[in-house]
Amino acid sequence: MSSESNGSGVESSFVKIPQIKFTKLFINGEFVESLSGKTFETIDPRTGEVIAKISEGDKEDVDLAVKAARQAFDHGPWPRLPGSERRKIMLKFADLIDKNVEEIAALDTIDGGKLYSLAKALEIPGAAEHLRYCAGAADKIHGDTLKMSRELQAYTLHEPIGVVGHIIPWNSPSYMFAMKVGPALAAGCTMLVKPAEQTPLSALYYAHLAKLAGIPDGVLNVVTGYGRTAGAAITSHMDIDKVSFTGSTEVGRLVMQAAALSNLKPVSLELGGKSPFIVFDDADIDKIASLALQGAFINKGEVCVAGSRVFVQQGIYDKFLIKLVEKAKSWVVGDPFDPNVHQGPQVDKNQYERVLKFIEIGKKEGATLLTGGGKLSNRNGYYIEPTIFSDVSDDMTIAKEEIFGPIMSVLKFKTVEEVIKRANATKYGLAAGIMTNDLNIANRVSRSIRAGVIWINCFLDFDIDLPFGGYKMSGFGKEMGMESLNMYLHVKSVATPIYDSPWL
Amino acid sequence: MTGESNGNLESCFKIPEIKFTKLFINGEFVNSISGKTFESIDSRTEEVIANISEGDKEDVDLAVQVARQAFDNGPWPRLPGSERRNIMLKFADLIDENLEEMAALDTLDAANLYSFGKAVQIHSGAELIRYYAGAADKVHGETLKMSRDLHGYTLVEPIGVVGHIIPWNFPTQMFVMKVGPALAAGCTMVVKPAEQTPLSALYFAYLAKQAGVPDGVINVVTGFGPSVGAAISSHMDIDMVSFTGSTVTGHKVMEAAATSNLKVVSLELGGKSPFIVFNDADVDTIAPLALTACLFNQGQICVAGSRLFVQEGIYDKFLNKLLEEVAKWVVGDPFDPNVHQGPQIDKKQYDKVLSYIEHGKREGATLLTGGKPLDRKGYYIEPTIFTDVTDDMTIAKDEIFGPVMSVMKFKSIEEVIKRANKTKYGLAAGIMTNDMNIANTVSRSLKAGTIWINCYFAFDNDLAVGGYKSSGFGKDMGMDAFHKYFQLKSIATPIYNSPWL
Repeated sequence: MSSESNGSGVESSFVKIPQIKFTKLFINGEFVESLSGKTFETIDPRTGEVIAKISEGDKEDVDLAVKAARQAFDHGPWPRLPGSERRKIMLKFADLIDKNVEEIAALDTIDGGKLYSLAKALEIPGAAEHLRYCAGAADKIHGDTLKMSRELQAYTLHEPIGVVGHIIPWNSPSYMFAMKVGPALAAGCTMLVKPAEQTPLSALYYAHLAKLAGIPDGVLNVVTGYGRTAGAAITSHMDIDKVSFTGSTEVGRLVMQAAALSNLKPVSLELGGKSPFIVFDDADIDKIASLALQGAFINKGEVCVAGSRVFVQQGIYDKFLIKLVEKAKSWVVGDPFDPNVHQGPQVDKNQYERVLKFIEIGKKEGATLLTGGGKLSNRNGYYIEPTIFSDVSDDMTIAKEEIFGPIMSVLKFKTVEEVIKRANATKYGLAAGIMTNDLNIANRVSRSIRAGVIWINCFLDFDIDLPFGGYKMSGFGKEMGMESLNMYLHVKSVATPIYDSPWL
Repeated sequence: MTGESNGNLESCFKIPEIKFTKLFINGEFVNSISGKTFESIDSRTEEVIANISEGDKEDVDLAVQVARQAFDNGPWPRLPGSERRNIMLKFADLIDENLEEMAALDTLDAANLYSFGKAVQIHSGAELIRYYAGAADKVHGETLKMSRDLHGYTLVEPIGVVGHIIPWNFPTQMFVMKVGPALAAGCTMVVKPAEQTPLSALYFAYLAKQAGVPDGVINVVTGFGPSVGAAISSHMDIDMVSFTGSTVTGHKVMEAAATSNLKVVSLELGGKSPFIVFNDADVDTIAPLALTACLFNQGQICVAGSRLFVQEGIYDKFLNKLLEEVAKWVVGDPFDPNVHQGPQIDKKQYDKVLSYIEHGKREGATLLTGGKPLDRKGYYIEPTIFTDVTDDMTIAKDEIFGPVMSVMKFKSIEEVIKRANKTKYGLAAGIMTNDMNIANTVSRSLKAGTIWINCYFAFDNDLAVGGYKSSGFGKDMGMDAFHKYFQLKSIATPIYNSPWL
């Protein structure tokens, strides 16, 4: 059984919970209430209690924000600045994030149940670093000159695409914010951000820091609210030039549909996954079992690239299972502020109940429950035990659907051909892990799996310069890497005849 | 008044026998499963050219099945790029060898000018295939220097089974623009040519097989948009759809992709492109260019320069030259080498254009010339020029897709930029001036994907063409189009004992 952390109360003996400073919409450089005056509650998943009331934006607020962003794009300084000046401001923004790392980390912890120590050490500094990476690209935007096949001078201009709508999910509020806002800012776009209704706090804080850093009014707007209202208003807006969405595949469909029915805005989608984590006979059992655990349970399994299907070759299957269960025992579930905890609560009641349902389905469909299997017994909040099912077959619900919780399905395989086929038998195609030291197996399997990110002998190893995005119904478009800037630029071809040129 | 060509050409020109009328699936010409056929009409005479197999959803399913098999298990994506190149070069050679017959098919089917097809268009189709053939063995991903001990790289992989939905205005160009890069990339495909112009696509399929393109790689399903086209855009096993056509249908294609399997979409849609003439332009060379920009191919071209903005300083002189030039513009049988403009593609388009002309008259534009259909069999319309057009008139806003030009006067640069951009479209634009600063300012200010300075319709294999705004997204031609048919896979693995990152 997994361990629980002892916490006398929920209020932190570990960290002082910050006062919630920003609860209103951020439009055109000001924090304003929504036009309707409505608010919604953001809940602390450690306790189920209300943290704060946040302004609830709707279509009219989105319209206002788009107006401000349109003005800022068509007439304001931001797209017209030299890249180096956008860089300077973005670097300041990154510095301000670093300066306020503890407060922001605490916000993500109480809002999203994220581990405080990880947020402080990795995620929020990672967000700042991401902004720095993009800042460094802002003055390196290159089109091409083209040698034509007759006397023509031709070139391409890479121009900022315009007003962008970012719809970001709740699982990694800071990193998601930076991944979208970073390249769009560097490209010279203006934008609206709609953070998930579960996790509005850090986005509003970032808006405040952005203004302090010198980002002009109207360039970065934040409209908090619900998907069905504010989100839909964004995807169907006639004056938004592009939408960038990360979230579930079901909602991704609605986003693309709305874009199609409105103004044909280009769309990029980062959606769900059911990524295979494949362990071959020659893998180092101890090391890889730890990695598998991380891959399935990190951030309470609320990660699109979770290695939720662990395929283990039959030669080491039994040994591997033993190791998995052993290591699961030292996986601590508890208050995310506690530095000894590995797993905090699920983000909200909905997700919590959904995951528990999947566990019951797993049991009903006949998988073997190795460890975990339910909620934490003696505490409030949305805590679920890290759960491992073995003897899972490909047609079971828990092997097919994205659970987004701390549930690992372990499946046995014999041969390389077989595991390739089974790993690919999914509508998703986000990531995959391949654990082997055999060069030929690594090369063959990495090329055979239809997924956008392949980790060989590692997992969840992101890098700012490594493009990230899915195949198939995990979406299209890339974040991170220089590819991400292309999502916020469009290409204009220009041609004119040349006379008396020494050559083409 | 415009000229008309006399008489029919049958005495001088032998209409080719229509050899291919069935669906092309898995290397064979087959009847549609329903056995239904539809008629392909000759818009010069309104008569039936041939009965073509009419595909529907079941035929698309078959085609996708074989394309999927060809992609997942067949040789095409697995060949070295040089071998795809060699087969594509043979394909191009076969196109050149059959140039006259193919030009005749496009003239019969789409009323493209025969002399132009024979001298330029078909051969440039072959050349575009050769362009992409040469790219097939130059597919590059990147190795990435990571920020810690990781070996990272990207693989550029063919996206899979592609659905191409191509329009009727330039059957040959449209076929090669889509099939060329997709073939070179190693994809397999299902092509749906427009129902108005099925003939050359089927001929191309035949030639592709002769060239050695393996069965299942190129499939052609002829039929209608609401059946075959919809089956393609909503198919659960097509990985990408590449569509060229109207903006209205573009919305439907993207919606179907969204509600089915989130397939990647690229759209080349309509336009209402501004052709802007500044005071310093040379009236004698630019006026004929302006005419061609609007009237070429009977105005049935997405990048038509249908809004002519003329600066007030040369406005009167320019109009006079336009009138002079349009008087030499001959409308008639597209097989006749002396003709500049053939018939509109079909009755529907013909009626639509005529109704726009009536709109123009009703809304108070001045009819300078034309304005009526020709009094003869076939869908012939006089080249029509309206002046004193205001920006809010229907003929200034809607894409007409016919030989109807709207002329507007302007004063200043700022004004014409604003007015030129006041459209939901953003496909192309022409800027006529020798002033470098005007050229630079205006080219950067216009929200359009292709800008021609002192030229128009200056296409080149290496110049990507694509729209902004409601003219769509994604490029055709150039290497950008090639990249469309790939997806990017990132791979990372730790490195140990490396001398540096």
